Amino acid sequence: MPPEEREFQEKIDAGIKIEPKDWMPEAYRKTLIRQISQHAHSEIVGQLPEGNWITRAPTLKRKAILLAKVQDEAGHGLYLYGAAETLGVSREQMIEDLLAGRAKYSSVFNYPTLTWADMGAIGWLVDGAAIINQIPLCRCSYGPYARGMVRICKEENFHQRQGFDIMLTLSRGTPEQKAMAQDALNRWWWPSVMMHGPSDAESKHSAQSMQWKIKLFSNDELRQKFIDQTALQAEYLGLTVPDPDLKWNPERGHYDFGRIDWDEFNNVIRGNGSCNRDRLRTRVQAHQAGAWVRGGAAAYARKQASREAA
Amino acid sequence: MPENRPAERQPNSAADESGTDWPLWEIFIRTQNGLAHKHAGSLHAPDAEMALKNARDVYTRRNEGVSIWVVRSSDITASSPRDKEILFEPANSKVYRYPGFYDVPEEVKKL
Amino acid sequence: MNAAAADKPLFEYVLRLGDNCLILSQRVAEWCGHGPVLEEDIALTNVALDLLGQARLWLTYAGEVEGRGRDEDRLAYLRDAGEFRNVLLVEQPNGDFGMTMARQFYFDAWHYFLLRDLRNSRDERVAGIAEKAFKEVSYHLQRSTDWLIRLGDGTPESHERMQRALDDLWMYTGELFQMDAVDTDISERGVGIDLEGLRGPWMEHVTKTLTEATLAVPGESWMQRGGKQGVHSESLGYLLAEMQFLQRAYPGAQW
Repeated sequence: MPPEEREFQEKIDAGIKIEPKDWMPEAYRKTLIRQISQHAHSEIVGQLPEGNWITRAPTLKRKAILLAKVQDEAGHGLYLYGAAETLGVSREQMIEDLLAGRAKYSSVFNYPTLTWADMGAIGWLVDGAAIINQIPLCRCSYGPYARGMVRICKEENFHQRQGFDIMLTLSRGTPEQKAMAQDALNRWWWPSVMMHGPSDAESKHSAQSMQWKIKLFSNDELRQKFIDQTALQAEYLGLTVPDPDLKWNPERGHYDFGRIDWDEFNNVIRGNGSCNRDRLRTRVQAHQAGAWVRGGAAAYARKQASREAA
Repeated sequence: MPENRPAERQPNSAADESGTDWPLWEIFIRTQNGLAHKHAGSLHAPDAEMALKNARDVYTRRNEGVSIWVVRSSDITASSPRDKEILFEPANSKVYRYPGFYDVPEEVKKL
Repeated sequence: MNAAAADKPLFEYVLRLGDNCLILSQRVAEWCGHGPVLEEDIALTNVALDLLGQARLWLTYAGEVEGRGRDEDRLAYLRDAGEFRNVLLVEQPNGDFGMTMARQFYFDAWHYFLLRDLRNSRDERVAGIAEKAFKEVSYHLQRSTDWLIRLGDGTPESHERMQRALDDLWMYTGELFQMDAVDTDISERGVGIDLEGLRGPWMEHVTKTLTEATLAVPGESWMQRGGKQGVHSESLGYLLAEMQFLQRAYPGAQW
């Protein structure tokens, strides 16, 4: 190992943060750009399935909470793009990659939000899974990413709580509301379970990422933690998890669960999810429609600058 | 010496000349009873006035800040990590300044 | 004297304030996830949230004044278009970003001067809500003013779009200053203000801003009206259908 790389690895092992101008292996930089930008894209695309229901929220209070949540997500995307930019890629480049379909984002956002109960399910399950993934990242090796994650985690707790609160209200409501909640759970359970990604044996990047402390727990560990915590919550809600094999295993001290259909996961990741095309199209349209706005503001700034110079 | 060094990036000089790109700004916030401005992050804006407003919207949504400074990222000069040894550390031989190099007895571990 | 009947003008008056905020908030919220740039998405959502918060305060008070047990949600979700009291300006569709900012600018300027005076209302509750809202709306006005200037004095395209939007929406601005029986009653009581008196400062700010933005102040035009009396444009029906759907489809349910 060349001396700079040894020094780099020693820093990581000692828990010292790597900062933007520190020497880093090119692969570390590339992996981080990919990971951080994917996370950022997920937040931005994630605004859409929930944004869907802002205008239809059933009370003014729920509307306000949902608005705040979706706004938070935009903010998280912004922090993350900022962190990625410290590595030498521009926001414009990342956005271009996303809109051209070259960049990935969490496939969970390619599922449709069909009822108000989906707002509950997403907050409870999707944000729940995200939190489990994100808290360890607060300790990741790259400074700007870790600091961004600290900010994000502070705001994320409220997201999960409000989702759970919606599910609670629905499950204690009318028979139709309870059915709505159960239906949402049926549709969002497996996509949320798959959020943590395939088993690490299948995952190409895991080992190196663990050594570089960009990834702190294995996908399977995170998934197990999610299922353990969520199965109990579902019981509390009086709802049934759509997995007949879900069962507490006293020997393991964890819940056993059924086989995951990775076929579907892979298809959705490849762009065959029912909303992939729509989500991207919406983002592309927004970006294109906004070009004259961005251009107008930029032109004004240039004019002002030359006026002041004169 | 600021704890959070402002981020360094590849020069985004194309942004100012091209049609629609907005330059990058670093945001510093001093909270209500804070002692100094702290680096909060970055954002894109066409000019300083908009940067200030966007910073208020993005970084003080929870009323976290009172005073906001915005600086164009390209206007920041940062020290290079290699300079660290000269600027901040005494010569390598003087390691005794660092707590880690003292042998602290078990009983006094809280030092 | 029947206490409920005596409060009817106050109920109407407060409802108008609340409906303006509610409908405009609903429109602005439609931008969530569709903004021209991420920072603006966040900023617009902030505006929508502020307005929604103000709407909730006004509507809650209106319900109390009415005294028939209607809370903010009963008022927002269970009235048909004919019972809404917002001005026509706020219900106009978003259009492009220029249309949205023109609508916002015209409204913010009015809202700013209105709230500035309303802080001195003889009605404590009205004064209190106005005080809180005034801080938020001052910021909204700064924002929309900034955008008008940047887009007006930006590129030829942004200039043209801005001008077109300002021209299109001009006919809805007159209603902002029209006094009817309710306004007169409330104003004479020292609870509300003389809307005609806002025209001067509003026009001054609009002219100053548009001039700096190299835009033309639209010429004299016939002014649309009716929103305050419940006679709205066709688009309000669609807006409400979307907004109220769940409560209408599941009557009596708790959310």
